[in-house]
Formats: sequence, structure tokens, C-alpha cells
Amino acid sequence: MKVVADHKVVNIQYFSEENYVIQMESPVDIPKIKPGNFAEIKVDNTPGVFLRRPFSILDVDYENKLISFYVKVIGKGTRYIGLYEIGDQINLIYPLGNSFTVSDKDRKVLIVGGGSGIAPFILLGKEMVKNGIEATFLIGGRSQRDIILTKEFAKYGDVLVTTEDGSLGEKGLVTQHSVFISPQFKYDRIYACGPDPMMKAVAIIAQQKEITCEVSLENTMACGFGICLCCVTATQEGNKRVCLEGPVFNSRYLKWQI
Amino acid sequence: MADLKVKIHNLEFKNPVTVASGTFGFGEEMAEFFDLSLLGGIFVKGLTIKNREGHVYPRMAETPSGMLNAVGLQNKGIDYFIDHIYPNIKHLDTHIIANVNGSTVEEYIEVTEKLNDLEKVTAIELNISCPNVKEGGMLFGISCPSAIAVTDAIRKVYKKTLIVKLSPNVTDIAEMARAVEGAGADSISLINTLLGMAINAEKRKPILSTITGGLSGPAIKPVALRMVWQVYHAVKVPIIGIGGIMNATDAIEFFLAGSSAIQVGTANFIDPMASLKIIDGINEYLNRHSFQSVNEIIGLLET
Ligand SMILES: Cc1cc2nc3c(=O)[nH]c(=O)nc-3n(C[C@H](O)[C@H](O)[C@H](O)COP(=O)(O)OP(=O)(O)OC[C@H]3O[C@@H](n4cnc5c(N)ncnc54)[C@H](O)[C@@H]3O)c2cc1C
Ligand SMILES: Cc1cc2nc3c(=O)[nH]c(=O)nc-3n(C[C@H](O)[C@H](O)[C@H](O)COP(=O)(O)O)c2cc1C
Ligand code: FES
Repeated sequence: MKVVADHKVVNIQYFSEENYVIQMESPVDIPKIKPGNFAEIKVDNTPGVFLRRPFSILDVDYENKLISFYVKVIGKGTRYIGLYEIGDQINLIYPLGNSFTVSDKDRKVLIVGGGSGIAPFILLGKEMVKNGIEATFLIGGRSQRDIILTKEFAKYGDVLVTTEDGSLGEKGLVTQHSVFISPQFKYDRIYACGPDPMMKAVAIIAQQKEITCEVSLENTMACGFGICLCCVTATQEGNKRVCLEGPVFNSRYLKWQI
Repeated sequence: MADLKVKIHNLEFKNPVTVASGTFGFGEEMAEFFDLSLLGGIFVKGLTIKNREGHVYPRMAETPSGMLNAVGLQNKGIDYFIDHIYPNIKHLDTHIIANVNGSTVEEYIEVTEKLNDLEKVTAIELNISCPNVKEGGMLFGISCPSAIAVTDAIRKVYKKTLIVKLSPNVTDIAEMARAVEGAGADSISLINTLLGMAINAEKRKPILSTITGGLSGPAIKPVALRMVWQVYHAVKVPIIGIGGIMNATDAIEFFLAGSSAIQVGTANFIDPMASLKIIDGINEYLNRHSFQSVNEIIGLLET
């Protein structure tokens, strides 16, 4: 069964005007959350916001019934969620969608996140540690202020950074990072989440190097649980729902124009 | 507890709350949220004779108090439904109603004939109002002669309850209703989505891949109420009201305007439990106003 319940806001931490982490307390026991799962958040009393908004689950604390999300402000809904006050109630539906593959056959993996696409990778990092898989996180953003949670990621693996303006890490796009041309580049799997062009670029590199690549798509959604068919992506087997058969897909399964 | 039972043609519904086609899948996904047997009925996703992939993404745009969709009747075809979906839902203690689509009268007939033998599909809803397909669909539902032709053809091959779903994209809804009643419809459901459009000003491009799409949600409720009321005064067959129903008060308004039952559509996306809350709310309203049965308020609007 899914959780459909009002959750109490217990903390909102702003990293910049456009980036924050919101933590909420669940009234019920949180079911097992897998890396890649997402929630649909109801944004009440916001003119122009009618549908729920989907967000990857950033982290969970099962014992204290806490669930958190990393939100990047891009429009009305994402701005408003950050204006909630401690104690306010927000209605959530979760866990939704499929999850990233964690294979005990893997020894080393590369995890590439851009913008809000880093959100599912804390839970993935934890799984990697649990399974003894060595993870390298490659995080990209426009500038230093977009690069957050690096300390958290460092708990689960090496952290590499790129910024477009060069204010932190290597200058350029994530796919221009020197790791990709390093002679030591040897990974069993690549995971990517972020803007479509970034995921496509990562998928191309993975394809060239013959490495399995999993991407998590962020198509616009009306429901988030498989009943409206609005969120589809074209795959080798026809249109599939990103909210149910996804959001995580093997990049080779997708019919991307690459 | 007030009596919530209603009759549509010769079918008894345990309550007047059903869910709209295309907004509830085939029910399977929703079983994760509640016991579907609590519903009066389930209008399943539109079916066609062959597999349809639907339109390319993006197929959805949020609008003020509503949304546009351009799904384009994505479904795996009637045979897949019969072999792989029907077996999973036929145990449900609720009416399963198939939403029938075609691009020609022959296709409507073919789909319908295959549904005749499914014991638990107690009725069909003839969708002559889908704005999201190029051929057929709404084209049948916006002119009286073609609406009559397809209803008449289906009436000849379908013996169970025939519900015809009307398009709001017409000038005279009462005329359409009389036309399909005359051609043998046992019940009329309305409204389907209103043809609409959304534009991204920054990109100077339409948001939907199809440019236009179907508008649903609270934005269309006033239009739907008006049309239900007009149709109620034009025909004798029972009406199933649809359009922007989000809560029990909305549902009550549709009963007062003349609906015998209602369909909850877009509301399912925002609150998967919406239909259950509406059932409770209707009961509460009836008790508060001392009505014994929901049938007492059908068409009760005082004008
Ligand atoms: C499975 C999934 C997981 C996600 N996880 C996260 C997350 O962890 N953190 C996070 O910050 N965001 C995440 N997103 C994206 C987030 O859902 C959107 O940013 C949010 O819905 C935007 O709402 P808004 O009201 O602020 O923007 P709106 O006001 O609705 O839109 C502002 C502008 O952005 C465009 N837009 C909105 N959503 C999208 C989209 N999904 N794709 C392309 N363009 C869009 C609109 O067309 C409009 O031009 C996720 C999306 C999905 C599908
Ligand atoms: C995403 C979506 C898909 C739909 N698919 C169908 C369909 O397959 N067949 C049909 O008759 N109506 C379809 N409809 C129309 C609904 O059944 C309903 O008539 C309409 O949405 C108005 O009701 P609402 O405002 O409560 O959503 C669809 C609506 C939506 C939003
Ligand atoms: S968002 Fe409704 S099916 Fe995916």
C-alpha cells in the first residue's frame, strides 16, 4: 500500500534562494524506500498550482519517521513549498516509481548528478556502501552555489565537481570532466539524473565505453501513479509511463535521439 | 446512512459515484490505494480495436484550475484487455464499464462485439467525444447524423446497457442528447473534455505536441453543469454527470442539475481517495438535509 497522508514540516534548510532541503515527519511508519523512488507533493493554496509536484526522496529516517526532499526552485510550486512554516502540514503520496539497480556483481560505479538530479543519490550512495560497491559521485551545476550536499555524498564515496563558471571543481559541463578521459576510467555501471541533455550526453559516453547506464527521467506528470498516461517516454517497447515503469530506465531501452 | 443506490437503465449501482474513463487506468494501479469494490462503478480507459501508442510527449499542460491532455487513447487494444486485464479485475464487486472507441463505425462495432461476452462488463460507454484522435472520436459526436449512425449501429449489436458519452464541443447539447436517445442510448454521460490549448510564451511554442488538447478539471465544471441541466430537460434516459467534480458538494450540484450518477475524473490525480470522500460526503449531505435517498435530489434544482 502507498502512504497518502499529511506530513508535518519539521525543518527547511536553505542553501541559497534557489536550493533547499525540506524535512517532514510522517504520521505513520515509513515503508521501505528504494533509491530512485519519488513522492507526489500537494502544494496547497498556491494560485496556478493545480496538480501535485513530483520529487525524488532524498533521505529517510525510519526510526524517527522523517522524510526529506531536495528542491530546486524553478516555478510557482517549488517556490511555495519552501515558504511553508515549521509545523505546517503537507500532503504526500509515496513511494512511487521504480528504483536504480543495485547489483552485487558491480565493484565500481559512477554516479552523475546535475541540478536537482542529485536528489536520489544519497539513498543510492547508502545502498552502495551496504553492498561494498565503490562509488564515485560526479556533481555538476552552473556555479558554486548550486553544488550542495557534497559533505553528505563524501560519506559514501569520492566526490568530483564541475561548475559551468569554474567557481568550484573543474570548469565546464559534467560530461567534460577529466574523469571521462582518465586512463583509470573503469566502472561497471553509470547512473545519471539531471537535465535531459546531460543524461543523454552521459548515456552516449556510456554506450561508447560499453558500460550499462541507468538514467532517471523527470517528465511532467499529472498523477504520478500510472493512471493518466501523460508522462510517457518512447522506449524500444513503445510508450512507457515514467511514473510507473520508470522513472529509472536503462538508457539503451529508451528511444532517445542520440 | 441514507440510501445511495441508483439505477442506470436496468443496472443497480450501490452508490452513484463512479470514476471517469482515462482517469483511473483499468483500476489495477488504484487497488494500491483502496478497495475498488466500494465504488459504484469503474469506467475503464478507452479501448480501440488495435494497439495505439497515443501521441508523443508532451501530452499534458497544467492550466488555471485544470489541465489539458493529449494522451490520444493510448491502449493495447481490446484483445489485450480481454486476455490480460479483464481477468484481474472481473472479481471486483462493482460495475466495470468499457469505454468504446473507433475511427470508423465498423471499428466501434468490432470492439463492441468482443465485449458482448464479458459477463462482468455490465455496460459500455460509447465515446463519440474524444478530442484527441484525428479520425473518428469527436467527429462522430459533433454532428447529429453521425452520432445517430454510430449509436444506431451499436444498439443493433449490443444487448446490455448502452451509455453514450457526449462532447461539449457542440452548439446545441440538447439536440445531440435527443439524437442519441432516439437512436437507442439507454443512458447519456457528459461531458468529455473541452477542446483547448496552452502556449509557452517564452519559447513561442505550444506546450502540447498536438497543439490542442482536452481541458478537464474544475475549470470546466460550470459548462458541465449547464449541459447536464439542459440535457435533463431534453431527454428521459438517466444522465451520468462528469466535469470537474472534486468533492461531494460538486457531486450534489450535478445531482440537483439532473444527474443520476457522477464520474470523478481529474480529481483522482490529485487525491486518489477523492471518490471515497465523495461517497461519504454525499451521505452526510443527505442526512443533514433529511433525505432518505439520493434519488430524491436528482433534478431537484429549484428555479
Ligand atoms: C520523478 C521526478 C523526480 C523529481 N525530483 C526532483 C527533486 O528531487 N528535486 C527537484 O527540485 N525537482 C525534482 N523534479 C522536478 C520537479 O518536479 C519540478 O521542478 C516541479 O514540478 C516544478 O514545479 P513548479 O510549480 O515549481 O514549476 P512550474 O511553475 O510548473 O513550471 C515552471 C517552468 O518549468 C517547466 N517545467 C516544470 N516541470 C518540468 C519538468 N518536469 N520538465 C521540464 N520542464 C518543466 C514548466 O513548463 C515551466 O516552464 C522531479 C521530477 C520528476 C518527474
Ligand atoms: C488524461 C485523461 C484521459 C482521458 N481519457 C479518456 C478516454 O480514454 N475516454 C473517454 O471517454 N474520456 C477520457 N477522458 C475524459 C474524462 O473521462 C472526463 O470526461 C473529463 O476529464 C472531464 O471530467 P473531469 O473534469 O472530472 O476530469 C480523459 C481525461 C483525461 C484528463
Ligand atoms: S503521471 Fe499519470 S501515468 Fe504517469
